[in-house]
Amino acid sequence: MTALSLTGVHKSFGSVEVLRDINIDVEEGELVVFVGPSGCGKSTLLRIIAGLEDATEGDVNIAGQTVNHVPPSKRGIAMVFQSYALYPHLNVRGNMTLALKQQKQSKQEISARVAEASRMLDLHDYLDRYPSELSGGQRQRVAIGRAIVRQPKLFLFDEPLSNLDAALRVNTRIEIANLHKQLSTSMVYVTHDQTEAMTLADKIVVLRDGRVEQTGSPMELYNNPQNQFVAGFLGSPSMNFLPASLLDQSDPRTLGLRPEDITIEANGPFTAVVQHVEHLGGDTNLITRIGQHQTTVRLFGQHDIKDSQEVNLGFLKDKAYYFDNDGRRVS
Amino acid sequence: MEKSRPFNANMLLMHGALVVYMIIALFPVFVIVINSFKKRKSIFREPLALPDADSFSLIGYETVIKQGDFPLYFQNSMIVTVTSLFFILLFGAMAAYALSEYRFPGNKWMGLYLALGIMIPIRIGTVAILELMVSTGLVNTLTALILVYTAQGLPLAVFILSEFMHQISADLKNAARVDGLSEYKIFFRIVLPLVRPALATVAVFNMIPIWNDLWFPLILAPGEETKTLTLGSQIFIGQYVTNWNAVLAALSLAILPALFLYAIFSRQLIRGLTSGAVK
Ligand SMILES: Nc1ncnc2c1ncn2[C@@H]1O[C@H](COP(=O)(O)OP(=O)(O)OP(=O)(O)O)[C@@H](O)[C@H]1O
Ligand SMILES: [Mg+2]
Repeated sequence: MTALSLTGVHKSFGSVEVLRDINIDVEEGELVVFVGPSGCGKSTLLRIIAGLEDATEGDVNIAGQTVNHVPPSKRGIAMVFQSYALYPHLNVRGNMTLALKQQKQSKQEISARVAEASRMLDLHDYLDRYPSELSGGQRQRVAIGRAIVRQPKLFLFDEPLSNLDAALRVNTRIEIANLHKQLSTSMVYVTHDQTEAMTLADKIVVLRDGRVEQTGSPMELYNNPQNQFVAGFLGSPSMNFLPASLLDQSDPRTLGLRPEDITIEANGPFTAVVQHVEHLGGDTNLITRIGQHQTTVRLFGQHDIKDSQEVNLGFLKDKAYYFDNDGRRVS
Repeated sequence: MEKSRPFNANMLLMHGALVVYMIIALFPVFVIVINSFKKRKSIFREPLALPDADSFSLIGYETVIKQGDFPLYFQNSMIVTVTSLFFILLFGAMAAYALSEYRFPGNKWMGLYLALGIMIPIRIGTVAILELMVSTGLVNTLTALILVYTAQGLPLAVFILSEFMHQISADLKNAARVDGLSEYKIFFRIVLPLVRPALATVAVFNMIPIWNDLWFPLILAPGEETKTLTLGSQIFIGQYVTNWNAVLAALSLAILPALFLYAIFSRQLIRGLTSGAVK
C-alpha cells in the first residue's frame, strides 16, 4: 500500500504559484527525501501533507484515504519542525505527552510510550527539564521523541538538522537512519542539503521552483540525471559544466563532467591552470580554470601539485553527460 | 570574575540615578504613611517628622473605620478592579490572537480601529455613557463601572498583546495543531502562557488608573452601596474643613491592596521573562 500519494497538487499564494502539478508516491516503510534549493516550496509541500495548509488543487492521500479535508491531528502523521517548536512552558515529558493526553490515551499507555521513546533517543535524564535547559542536539531529540510517541503512519521532517553544528549533524543523521530502520515507518524528509539526501534516502525527489525535476533512488539520480539542474545539484563537489565547443567547434551542447571523472593526462584535450589546491588527505581537490571556465578536479590520494601550475586534463568518455540549451540531458 | 560583573563608574551612576528616582517616587507615599499616624497638630507643625510618643495617634484610622462603610468601599474597589482586569486581559488577548493569527478581510483596519481607542480618552463620551447606563438601568451598579473600565482598557491591551503574539513562532502553533489541540486550547494552553509577561504588563498598566479613578464612580455609581474607596475617601475632604487624619489614613489603607495586586503581577512578569524561549 502507498503510505502517501500526491496527485496533481498545486498551491498558489494569491497570484504567486508556489507548487505546480506535484505527483509523488511514498511506499510503505520508505524514507523519501524532498530536496531542492531554498524557496522551492519544500516546506509548503510538507505543510500541505500535514494539513496545515490547503492545496489549491489536487489530492493528498495518506494510507489509502483522501485526507484533503481531514485536520492535521487526524491524518496519522507526526511532524518535526525546523525550529523544533517545543512548548517552552512544558518540560520534556509534558512536550511528549501533550498529544497523547489530547487523544485521551490511558496513563499506562502514555508512560509506556514515553519510556520507549526516551530509551530510543536517550532522553531518560532530561524528562523533567524544560526546553530552555537543553542543548540544541537534545532539543532536536525531544522534538523527534514527541513525534515518535504518537506512533504515526507517516513521519514528516522539515530540515531537522539545519540548526545543528556539523559534527552533531552527522550523528543525528545516523540516528535518524537507525530510527527509520527500527520503526520501519514511512518518512518524508525535507532538506536543501544534498549530502543528507544522498545518505538517508530510499528515494529522492528533486524540486525546483515548485516543480518536481526528477524522482528516483540516490544512485539513479546520480548516475542518470535527466537534466542539468539535477546533475549539478547532487554530488559534492558538484558537476562541472563546460561548453562542448571546446572539444568540437560545431557542438552547441553543454558537457557535464563529475570532478572524480576528470583525470590528469599528458595528452588530455583540455589545458587548465591550477588556481587552488585543497589537500584533504584522502582526496585532493584541484580548482582549475579551462579558459574562463572554472573546473573542479577530484584526485584520489595525495598529489604534489602547486598553484598556477599548468595541467592537461582528460575525462572518461562513457562518464560524460551532454545537455542541450534548455538543460535537458541529451546523452 | 571581574569581567563578568563590571562594577564601574557607569554602573554606579546608573544605580545612583535609580536610587534617587526611587526616593523621589516613594517620598510622598512615605509622608502620607507617617502623617497618618500623627495628631492633626503635629501633621501641620512638623509634616516630615516621624511619629513619636507625643504626636502618635490612631485618630485617623478610628475615624475611617467609624465613619462610612470602609470595608464595603474596599470590597467594591477590589471587585471593580479585579473583574475589569480579568475582562481586559481575556477579551484583549482573544482579540489580539484573532488579529495576529488569522488572515481575514479587513484584519489591518480592524486592528487600527481597535488601537484608535488609545488616543481618544473615554471620558469624552461620559454623557453618552451616562445616558446609556440610565436607559439600561445600570446606574449605581458595579457592573456599570466594570463595563466602562473594560472598554477603557481594551485598546491598549489589544495593541500590546497582538505585538507579543506576533512573535510566537508559527511552528509552535502548528505543532500544537498536529498534536490535536483545538484553536481554543492553543489559545489557552500555548499562547496565553507564553505571553504572560505581556499580560502582567497590561494588568499593571490598567490597574492603577482603575483603582484610583474618581470620575466614573462619582458619575455612574455614587450610591452608598457602590462607592469605591477613592470616592468614599472624599467625604473627609470638605469645602472648608478637611479631616486630614482621616484622609491620610484612608489613603494609606488604599495603598495596601494596590501593592498586593502589583506584587502578584510583577512576580508573574519576572517569572514569565525567565521561563525560557524556543531556541
Ligand atoms: N504564507 C505565504 N504567503 C506567501 N508566500 C509564501 C507563503 N509561504 C511561503 N511562501 C512562498 O512560497 C515559496 C516556497 O516557500 P517554502 O517555505 O515552501 O520554501 P522552502 O523550499 O521550504 O525553502 P527553505 O529551504 O528556505 O526552507 C517561497 O517563495 C515563499 O516566499
Ligand atoms: Mg523550509
